[in-house]
Amino acid sequence: MSADLTRRTAADLAADLAAGTTTSVALTQAHLDRIAAVDGGPDAGVHAFLHVDAEGALAAAAASDERRAAGSPASALDGVPIAVKDVLATRGLPTTCGSKILEGWVPPYDATVVARLRAAGLPILGKTNMDEFAMGSSTEHSAYGPTRNPWDLERIPGGSGGGSAAALAAFETPLALGTDTGGSIRQPGAVTGTVGVKPTYGGVSRYGLVAMANSLDQVGPVTRTVLDSALLHELVGGHDPLDSTSVDQPLPSLVDAARRGAEGDLSGVRVGVITELSGEGYQAGVQARFEESLELLVKAGAEVVEVSCPTFVHALATYYLIMPCEASSNLAKFDAMRYGLRVLPEGVDSPSAEQVMRATRDAGFGDEVKRRIILGTYALSSGYYDAYYGTAQRVRTLIARDFAAAFEKVDVLVSPTAPTTAFKLGEKLDDPLAMYLNDLATIPANLAGVPGMSLPSGLADEDGLPAGFQILAPALADDRMYRVGAALEAALHERWGGPLLDRAPALAAQAGPTDANGASA
Amino acid sequence: MPEITRDEVEHLANLARIDLSDAELDHLAPQLSVILESVASISGVAGDDVPPTSHALPLTNVFREDVVVPGLGAEAALAGAPESEQQRFMVPRILGDEQ
Repeated sequence: MSADLTRRTAADLAADLAAGTTTSVALTQAHLDRIAAVDGGPDAGVHAFLHVDAEGALAAAAASDERRAAGSPASALDGVPIAVKDVLATRGLPTTCGSKILEGWVPPYDATVVARLRAAGLPILGKTNMDEFAMGSSTEHSAYGPTRNPWDLERIPGGSGGGSAAALAAFETPLALGTDTGGSIRQPGAVTGTVGVKPTYGGVSRYGLVAMANSLDQVGPVTRTVLDSALLHELVGGHDPLDSTSVDQPLPSLVDAARRGAEGDLSGVRVGVITELSGEGYQAGVQARFEESLELLVKAGAEVVEVSCPTFVHALATYYLIMPCEASSNLAKFDAMRYGLRVLPEGVDSPSAEQVMRATRDAGFGDEVKRRIILGTYALSSGYYDAYYGTAQRVRTLIARDFAAAFEKVDVLVSPTAPTTAFKLGEKLDDPLAMYLNDLATIPANLAGVPGMSLPSGLADEDGLPAGFQILAPALADDRMYRVGAALEAALHERWGGPLLDRAPALAAQAGPTDANGASA
Repeated sequence: MPEITRDEVEHLANLARIDLSDAELDHLAPQLSVILESVASISGVAGDDVPPTSHALPLTNVFREDVVVPGLGAEAALAGAPESEQQRFMVPRILGDEQ
């Protein structure tokens, strides 16, 4: 057992709190101290946070300690602090989505998942950095400066949820929430050596999630262990009448599945390796760790077979038509009229609302957002709609059919999460297609609405950086990936003699934390 | 071979209400053409007999009880407004030379 509270898992901390060996105030303060020590700001440090709410977190922690002293904790995780991706609305806390167009915006309401965190007693440490409106795979598209990978501060932490994943990898928080539209929880998990889960579409409420692509977005847990993800997933998941796409049926217990999996017996579980999502195009070290993980699954009793999903090779192109169409429609609401940035065009007397709108959207949106808005506007234009959006929707059907056929043969599907380990900051910033390729293996799950998990599979030999192992399950069978993931995690920890993050380099102390505006927090 | 010309990008930006600078147009047009060329690879993959999927879940007609619940008050709704007056959003002029 580590004496350092920040090194402990959320499940450990919950047990510590229940046993009375620590308090929520003590462990919230420990994480705030860690943030102050290593997070830095736009120019140095991890920069996982855009906004830190020390006062609010400590007040929530004190209230949690009072509940516990009175013998009535609000949930199993009452008092365990958490960080929230800045795309989720938090009442009274800035929510920028990593964009200048929402700089300084303070939502008047909570996202349902945030309301559930508060009701369950989890102190919210702050809001985490992200690619602008969740568009990107490196967090370099944040208007407030990139997040840096705790394994190597010159490398990307993945994206769009690089802030949440890096905060976990840097031990700045024991839990975080992310969102995943094409891999934004899983790919950052892979390149930072952390665990991330995209639940079944409709499994977790999207109310208060600032939408990029409504039919693909899903909120999910970002943690350091499979069990911690299960605990958080159960806490925020479940039906929400405020989200009309929320599924109104109970899921099997995910925590039970994770605990059962950790016992290590996968007898009778059929695991399918997706032919199209490994091998060629995947970095050798990523592929090697993937294959070793397969061997461990076999040792645990699983039956591993290869399964072909031929239409998955079209998933990336399908995604890059459907997503911009939905995104361009969604982002139309940023019109400088009711909230957010308002910029007056230069040299225009008494500008019209439309001129203000144009000037604001040019000044407030970054390059990647503009690319996707223009692309979506194009693909939805009269005369192109059928050729692009219509075609993509039909291929989406074929991808869902491939999943359905595969899940008749196997219980879960697996692949490497991302084709490479973390690349250098700036390396792919001006080559959109190269950036998009990061999501090759994660996108099919979003198109079909099935759940996906990424967990660390080890370090690639060539660069010593983390690689990720992805597990996909049928819709509403999220429990299967928790069982298989926990079994693999247990076997890997045994092989490594502890968690992978024990091998991450120590981080240098930074001058001090900064908020989104660059001012001292 | 699909291609988006610089003029087309300018027109699309106009439709999307974004004032792109000349430099941005020069920069974005070729990038968009490359992306479009890449995604065009899916044409012909699915036959016309394949139905489109707009949503992963087959949910239809999601209703709620017809019960009044409290919404945001005017003060909260206006709290993030660039400008407000008399409990209303204050906007730039909406009529004029462009109409």
